[in-house]
Amino acid sequence: MRMRTAGILAGLALVLAGCAEVTKIGTSVGVATGRITEEQKQALDLSSEKASEQITPEQEYYIGRSVAATILASYKSFDQEAATRYVNVLGQTLALASKKPETFGGYHFGILDTDEINAFAAPGGLILVSRGLLRCCRSEDALAAVLAHEVGHVEREHGLGAIEKSRRTAFVTTLAVTAGKSLGKADLADLTKAFEGTIGDITSTLVNSGYSRQAEFEADAASVRILRSVGYDPEGLVDMLEQMEKAMKPGSRGFGATHPAPRDRIDAVRKLIGAPAPLEEPSARRQRFAAALGRI
Amino acid sequence: MLCSLLVLWAPGTLVSAPPPARLSVQVQNGQLRATPAFLGKIVGTVAYGAQVTALQSKGDWTQVKTSSGQQGWMHKSALTTRKISMSSGASAARTGASSGELALAGKGFNADVEREFKARNKALNFAAVDRMEAVRIPVKEMSAFLQAGAVKPGEGGAR
Repeated sequence: MRMRTAGILAGLALVLAGCAEVTKIGTSVGVATGRITEEQKQALDLSSEKASEQITPEQEYYIGRSVAATILASYKSFDQEAATRYVNVLGQTLALASKKPETFGGYHFGILDTDEINAFAAPGGLILVSRGLLRCCRSEDALAAVLAHEVGHVEREHGLGAIEKSRRTAFVTTLAVTAGKSLGKADLADLTKAFEGTIGDITSTLVNSGYSRQAEFEADAASVRILRSVGYDPEGLVDMLEQMEKAMKPGSRGFGATHPAPRDRIDAVRKLIGAPAPLEEPSARRQRFAAALGRI
Repeated sequence: MLCSLLVLWAPGTLVSAPPPARLSVQVQNGQLRATPAFLGKIVGTVAYGAQVTALQSKGDWTQVKTSSGQQGWMHKSALTTRKISMSSGASAARTGASSGELALAGKGFNADVEREFKARNKALNFAAVDRMEAVRIPVKEMSAFLQAGAVKPGEGGAR
C-alpha cells in the first residue's frame, strides 16, 4: 500500500511541479500592465463565478484528457476487451440519460488494474473505475449504479469546480488578451502554466482530498435518477454500497479517504428510494454480467 | 392571492419561450436524430461550430435545420447560443462580439497547450486515454443491449 501511495504521489508530483509556482497572472496584473482595460476586468471578474461559463466544452475536453492521462500514469489500465466493452456499452448508455448527455468528446470508460476501491471522473466524461470497486458490484444493476454516480460528477461539473478561482481568472485573462490575434510563444507559455495548475487542482482533489460530502450525495442522487430513467433498479446502488462497506478496510486509500462512509450514503439514498425491496434480475442480465465481470 | 394563483395557472406560463433562432454545435460530433430521444435513429451529423436554425423545442431537445437543409433533433447540451468562431480571433474583433456572445474554437486550452503540457510531463499516459476515446458504442448496440437484458425504461426514459 505504501508503494502504491508513493507511486501516485510521484505521478502527481509531475503535474504539481507546475502548481508549486502558482500562476497568479490575475486580472489586476492584466490591468496594471495595460493588457486589459478596467472595464474588461470587471466583466471578467463578474463572470468568473461559474467554471462552465468560462470553460467551453472543447476546453473541458482537453482538461479531462490530461487529468485522465495523469491518473493513468499512476495506475495501470486493465485492458481486457470483453470487460472494457461491457462497461462502455452500459456506461455510455447511462450517460445518454443524464442531464449532460453530450460532451465535446463523449463519455468513455476504463478499468484500473488495482485492488483499491476507487473511481475517477475526469471533466468531459473520461471515467476510470478500479477492479476493487467493480468487485463490490454483484449485479449489472449495481455496476450501473457505480457508473451512473461517476456520470453524475461529470453532469454536475464537480471536476471543473475543483479548479482554484485564481487560476480560472488567470486563464480568462489570457484568453481576453489573446482574442483577436494568434497565440504567441509567451501566451502559449502562460496558458500551459494555467493548464498545468488546473490539472493539478483537479487531480489532487480526485486522488487525495475528494469532493465535498455534498457533491458525493449529489452524484448518488444523479445515479438514482439515471438508473430509474434507463430502467435499472436503484436498489443496485444500496447493494453496491453494502458490499463496499464490507470490503473497505479502515484508513484505506481510495473511497475510504475521499468519500463519505458507505453507511451515510445508504441512509441518504434510502430517503430517495424508500423502503428496501428485493433486487430481481432477469437471467439474461445476470448471465452477461457474470460473463463479463465475474472474474474481475 | 387569487391573482397570483391565476398567474400560476395561466396557460401562457406553461409554454416555454421560443428558442433562439440561431444555435451553434458545441461538440465534436453533433448528431441529428429522427426523434427527440437518445435511442432515436441518427439521421445525420453536424460539425463542431456549425450554425443551425432552431425550429421547435420539446423538453431538452431542439429540432434544428442545418445549412444544407437537413432536419433533426439535438439535445440542448450539444448546442450553444454563442457563435463559435472557427477561424482566428480577427472575426471577433470585426463583429465586435463580446466574449459572452462568442466562443473561439481552438482558443485557450487546446491541442497546442496539450502538446506543450505533454512535452513537460513525459510520463503521462496519453496513449491509454486515446485507447479509451476509441471506444464508441453505436446507438443500435445500446438499444439491443437494453432489450437483451430486459431493461425497461422508467420515468423520463431515454427512449
